[in-house]
Amino acid sequence: MRLPEPVLTTHVNEPFSYTLENYLKWGGYAAMKKALAMTPGQIIDEVKASGLRGRGGAGFPTGMKWSFVPKDIPKPKYLCVNADESEPGTFKDHVLMERNPHLLFEGCVIACRSIGAKTAYIYIRGEFYHVQKQMEAELQKAYAAGYLGRNICGTGEDCDIHIHRGAGAYEAGEESALLESLEGKRAQPRLRPPFPAVVGLYGSPTIINNVETICNVPPIIERGAAWFQGIGPEKNQGPKLFCVSGHVKRPGVFETSMDVTLRELIYDFCGGIRDGHELKAIIPGGSSTNVLTPASLDAQASFDGLVKAGSMLGSAAMMVMDETTDMVWLAENLTHFYKHESCGKCTPCREGSDWMHKILQKILRGEGAMKDLDLLLSIANNIGGKTLCPFGDAEIAPVVSTLQHFRAEYEHYIREGRSLVPRADWMPRTLVPAHAH
Amino acid sequence: MSFHPQMPYGTPAWHKSERKLPDEGPAFEFTAEQKAKFDEIVTRYPADRRRSALLPALYLVQEQQGHITGNAIAYVAGLIGCSRADVEDVVSYYVMFFTQPVGKYVLGVCRTLGCALNGAGRVTEELCRHLHIAPNETDATGTFTVMEMECLGACDRGPVIMVNNEHWHECQRPEDVPQLLEGLRERGLAALSGCHLKKE
Repeated sequence: MRLPEPVLTTHVNEPFSYTLENYLKWGGYAAMKKALAMTPGQIIDEVKASGLRGRGGAGFPTGMKWSFVPKDIPKPKYLCVNADESEPGTFKDHVLMERNPHLLFEGCVIACRSIGAKTAYIYIRGEFYHVQKQMEAELQKAYAAGYLGRNICGTGEDCDIHIHRGAGAYEAGEESALLESLEGKRAQPRLRPPFPAVVGLYGSPTIINNVETICNVPPIIERGAAWFQGIGPEKNQGPKLFCVSGHVKRPGVFETSMDVTLRELIYDFCGGIRDGHELKAIIPGGSSTNVLTPASLDAQASFDGLVKAGSMLGSAAMMVMDETTDMVWLAENLTHFYKHESCGKCTPCREGSDWMHKILQKILRGEGAMKDLDLLLSIANNIGGKTLCPFGDAEIAPVVSTLQHFRAEYEHYIREGRSLVPRADWMPRTLVPAHAH
Repeated sequence: MSFHPQMPYGTPAWHKSERKLPDEGPAFEFTAEQKAKFDEIVTRYPADRRRSALLPALYLVQEQQGHITGNAIAYVAGLIGCSRADVEDVVSYYVMFFTQPVGKYVLGVCRTLGCALNGAGRVTEELCRHLHIAPNETDATGTFTVMEMECLGACDRGPVIMVNNEHWHECQRPEDVPQLLEGLRERGLAALSGCHLKKE
């Protein structure tokens, strides 16, 4: 069934939707009270039964992840909320944290109870400081009202939530790198196993969940797993936020279910492509997912539907390009991003992103050769699957998929020394910035 | 030997491997106010995990003196109880820490795809043209620094500019640049559009 009305973003457009007073008025913290009367095992079973899959990108079943936390070791356990939202094209958690932060806090308390944690850290990207300040004020209100801290609502349950500010590193959104950053080090991934659920923050069992994942927990507890199961296609259930940006008329965040198609998202939710232009390409799940062409418009925007279409749902960050977009420039733009954000730990990712970027710049300057295209694919082949974290797979997606679908544009650059696509008015006049580092 | 036969190993001066140590700068210690904030922040982490307070401490340094100097690094290392090299390692990794003096307004323009499709590259060009600087430089009056940032997470309202690491200005068009610079000079941060999610 299609989601009949928003669940996570019901009130986000109303003034002061972020305040505790309004959250309580709209029935907030009821799920928490219900969950505190349940056993941790019952909470995990309910979340497992709901089929909730992680909203950060990988789509791993949340309830199963929680069940990996060992129950019988004396170490403290931690919940870390991944609010590092840095995947290019993604801006959904921003809305939840700025307009509905108490839903996140409530979800944290429930998740902490289920895994036996007394402390949750919300790792928020440094660029969202305006959101963080407001969240901290609301956090204090929740403490003062007894919804957080010691003996929550008289149930004897304790739970502290702290907000930790990152400092501008895409890699900190990778779960083990997030833990490193939270420990006051460079955000670089750890070797697994052991997995964070067993050895995580400070060497203790730790669950890392995306903001949107945690925000789905209170509605599941309140309305039940069966309700959640009834929304959207099988194995891709529940409300889902989609971020759409690029050359569409009305970009933004839209809440629906995963039976929606790319066509509906672009033409119904966003009003279509900007006037006088036509669709050329879609990145369906953030810059780390393969570019698709209009031939995939009827693909279902679900975890499984987009894999079938040759890409991924990722963080549900759709970027839409019209015919004015130079796809070689697009690959260069995103490869610059990955080159800049590579943490440097694994050689294939660090060196490979720089190599690919240099080759793409060479092609953009009109100095490329046909054998450079094979070299790009060969380098990509030496990066994918050969790094500690999925960053390596992510950085090759824009290059490999644009080469797959738009090879003619690369070849035109190489043969003619210039783009097949006329220079768009939104493009910088200096095509390859001399200062690019 | 390189792991790819056709490519040379060893990216020269890879940006996160550069060990250009910041200037020592003047003697540094937290003001009483910043010290109090630090002491509160440390309590959020287990007592034997003070290093978790490193990023927050560096923000406090930046709040106090604009950028991070060698003396500040040594001071923070002392407070945290780690080595100076540990702190330098972190400072050199994260883009939001400045190791050089910056202008009164640091304009971080998003350059990644979402904003770029809406003209972010043009915005940076116009900013630099009006200020007679290149990206990542400060203008002659010390008022503005223009930095190119990677995705700031507001792709629906691009191009986005983040000012001084915390204030937002959205939907910036190239032709609006003179107005933005004039507005900041005259009215300060009040000239910024802020975050569109604010409904109040």
